[in-house]
Amino acid sequence: MKWFKRVAIATAALATLAVSPVWGNSQLLNVSYDPTREFYKEFNDAFAKHWKDQTGEAVEIKASHGGSGKQARSVIDGLDADVVTLALAYDIDALVENGNLLSKEWQAKLPYNSSPYTSTIVFLVRKGNPKGIKDWDDLIKPGIQVITPNPKTSGGARWNYLAAWGYAEGKASGSQDAAKDFVSKLYKNVPVLDTGARGATTTFVQRGIGDVLLAWENEAFLAINELGPDKLEIVVPSVSILAEPPVAVVDKNVDRKGTRKVAEAYLTYLYTPEGQELAAKHYYRPRLPQLAQKYADRFPTLTLFDITKFGGWQQAQKTHFADGGVFDQIYKPGQ
Amino acid sequence: MSGPVTQNRAGRPALAEPLWVKALVMLLALGFLGFFILLPLAGVFTEALRRGLSTYWEALVEPDAFAAIKLTLLVAVIAVPANMVFGIAAAWAITKHKFPGKSLLLTLIDLPFSVSPVISGLVYVLLFGAHGLAGPWLRDHGIQIVFAVPGLVLATMFVTFPFVARELIPLMQAQGSDEEEAAITLGASGWQTFRRVTLPNIRWGLLYGVLLCNARAMGEFGAVSVVSGHIRGETNTMPLHVEILYNEYNFVAAFAVASMLAILALVTLLAKSLLEWRHGAELAATTRRH
Amino acid sequence: MTGRSFFSVFPRRDRSIIPGFGLTLGITLFYLTIIVLIPLAALALRPMDLGFSGFVAAVTQPRVLAALKLSFTTAFFAAAINAVFGLAVAWMLVRYEFPGKKVVDAIVDLPFALPTAVAGIALTALYAPNGWIGQYLDPLGIKVAFTPLGIVVALTFIGLPFVVRTVQPVLEELDTELEEAAACLGATRLETFIRVIFPVIMPALMTGFAMALARAVGEYGSVIFIAGNMPMVSEITPLLIVIKLEQFDYAGAAAIGVAMLLISFIMLLVINLLQRWSRRWAGM
Repeated sequence: MKWFKRVAIATAALATLAVSPVWGNSQLLNVSYDPTREFYKEFNDAFAKHWKDQTGEAVEIKASHGGSGKQARSVIDGLDADVVTLALAYDIDALVENGNLLSKEWQAKLPYNSSPYTSTIVFLVRKGNPKGIKDWDDLIKPGIQVITPNPKTSGGARWNYLAAWGYAEGKASGSQDAAKDFVSKLYKNVPVLDTGARGATTTFVQRGIGDVLLAWENEAFLAINELGPDKLEIVVPSVSILAEPPVAVVDKNVDRKGTRKVAEAYLTYLYTPEGQELAAKHYYRPRLPQLAQKYADRFPTLTLFDITKFGGWQQAQKTHFADGGVFDQIYKPGQ
Repeated sequence: MSGPVTQNRAGRPALAEPLWVKALVMLLALGFLGFFILLPLAGVFTEALRRGLSTYWEALVEPDAFAAIKLTLLVAVIAVPANMVFGIAAAWAITKHKFPGKSLLLTLIDLPFSVSPVISGLVYVLLFGAHGLAGPWLRDHGIQIVFAVPGLVLATMFVTFPFVARELIPLMQAQGSDEEEAAITLGASGWQTFRRVTLPNIRWGLLYGVLLCNARAMGEFGAVSVVSGHIRGETNTMPLHVEILYNEYNFVAAFAVASMLAILALVTLLAKSLLEWRHGAELAATTRRH
Repeated sequence: MTGRSFFSVFPRRDRSIIPGFGLTLGITLFYLTIIVLIPLAALALRPMDLGFSGFVAAVTQPRVLAALKLSFTTAFFAAAINAVFGLAVAWMLVRYEFPGKKVVDAIVDLPFALPTAVAGIALTALYAPNGWIGQYLDPLGIKVAFTPLGIVVALTFIGLPFVVRTVQPVLEELDTELEEAAACLGATRLETFIRVIFPVIMPALMTGFAMALARAVGEYGSVIFIAGNMPMVSEITPLLIVIKLEQFDYAGAAAIGVAMLLISFIMLLVINLLQRWSRRWAGM
């Protein structure tokens, strides 16, 4: 059985090659959502350098990216996140509710509702805007195909949905029925519901499906940079939502691991001019007034409303996205 | 499709289909494989090589990709031998012995094939996650199973569980137990019988099962995605790394890593085919018995 | 391992003189329990929170029923396509000689090895209206990507090796003497195939079909890219499970998982029994 021995030896060799763990001095795990990859890649390096200069300690920052809801669930189920930087406050609330991982007042701990940068929802259309899409009303016209991910599985898609709702509600001077009707019509024009924001962008750009993509502002800029300025352009609607992606230290995890100091410094660094500069570079709207000023011409001005219009995320989730909520009612059987 | 389409093994006309039937079967079969395997494969390689070989190479030696390759190998190196031992034991018990409930056991062995990958990952989260049955105890003792390597190994074991057993059972069933019985009667021990009689008979089937199990272990996506936690450079296997790169609009690198998996699989499978062909005579002597 | 003494409490009907029964069955059951049964039990326990009526309510929602129906019908069609074409492939690989046969033989297993997400992305790229194949189908009004048809394509891909690999060894073992005898007795080639060859390969074909079906029902990674994921139309059951999980509804997710598992388990059990029955009937 010579071959058997050979296989065994090869297996053992592979095993030794594969088992060689690397342990850094101190490790920080940032669990984040999809569109922040490029930003945090750069920010992590900047912070590691800053921390080394300040304290002389080396810190290795690990990043995990995925759909916001899925990431929150992983943390609840035991993914050892020191900090979470997610797409919406509801997902961090879930950490409080389902895991008791941080205090209920987490959002008051850092400035600006614990969201160091903001974004909004804009339209991405094909170059030259062949369908002449200008504002939300154009999206519900017959024959227009809208690409947006599934709000049930994507945090960004929930912002899309609420932006549309908020516009319609404002236009019909507060009528919930009119808003519901508008959103129903909009989703009737959606041919593909991807599970995540990045998947929707790929469907729109690479597969050539649809006339308009609803996207995070930073995602729209990134898509143009990465996938072709000659193919796409951004249309800014008259009104949209102020998306506030929140950040928080996961109290229970940092206390167990003894990483509270570095975790807090990490999030605070987001609010420094250096951090804000990087955020702006990756098309997140900075919060610090002087930087907001500096990058004012980079970001279009439009009327923005925020989540309080919907009574906060808990309320919005319950009314619109929970099982049997308004979004489910759009997809009635037999339609 | 041209080339020497010989009549058939023995060349006896009574056993050959008319030429047009042969052509039709070949056309259907090759067309089917072409549409469902060759074209997707070609698509993967075209995308991977779109920016040339050097970009392709860079994508593979990038540290995170390299970490993913290492992790994938580690997971396979643990999961595959475990499933091999199990597969041999199960095949031995099922084919060499009679006992009640055999159909049930066979069905249970098949079960992981039919469990949705999402569920295969979820079960371990329900068991070992922070809110799982064993979760609090594990946490108190500082043991991390899900969102770490052990979870990846378990999920991979689950998904590839039936491969070796499924390959060996029909083979050993077809071969019967006569040779083993003879060996035992002549005074060989059970272990000797297995090593000297059974193993040589099943070696090709076993090798094939192990290769398949290995290919699937390295390529599994759904189940590991649930238990991985997606920590870059730490718990990302190759398939997960492909997804990450793809989501970063880095299509060339994504398909480069994907093509790497395809090449690994193709090379091992081809090597197995060639070995089999070289040892064909020996093989025929051991397995073709009536 | 005290396998033998443990198993001796069961009525032993084993009259085989070959040793190792206790040890091997012990290993089998131990490993099966650890890796498969206990985790699945953890899954089955979860919907208990809902109670029986809650469980029934969770799995009989119209969305869930539509998804189950979609998953099982698309999986059935994909397995049927694989049964027909897989048989042709197996036949070709066993009976015909042609250059490059070894390579063709090797690539049949590719769907096992390629990560399902990659398969999904590659197939979507091919069949999207601007893809290599899609661009020719689109003018004909045939839409594959982002429709249930796309799901069938993806499921056919992932189930492809099952039928080929279960039928192939049986065809190889098949005694040509039987065929010769049939031919000598004046049977046409078609008659020989239907009366002599087909009954022998039938159990293997059924196994392959069943495994391809079972595998296809639960498939997630490749399908979500190509399906379009529209509720009530192209939303597969595993996606619904994921959606439930996103809402932290573990019990609901587990309930759907258990329902799928039950259906698959019964399907596999019936086919294993059928197969044993047909083998006995065929005198094998």
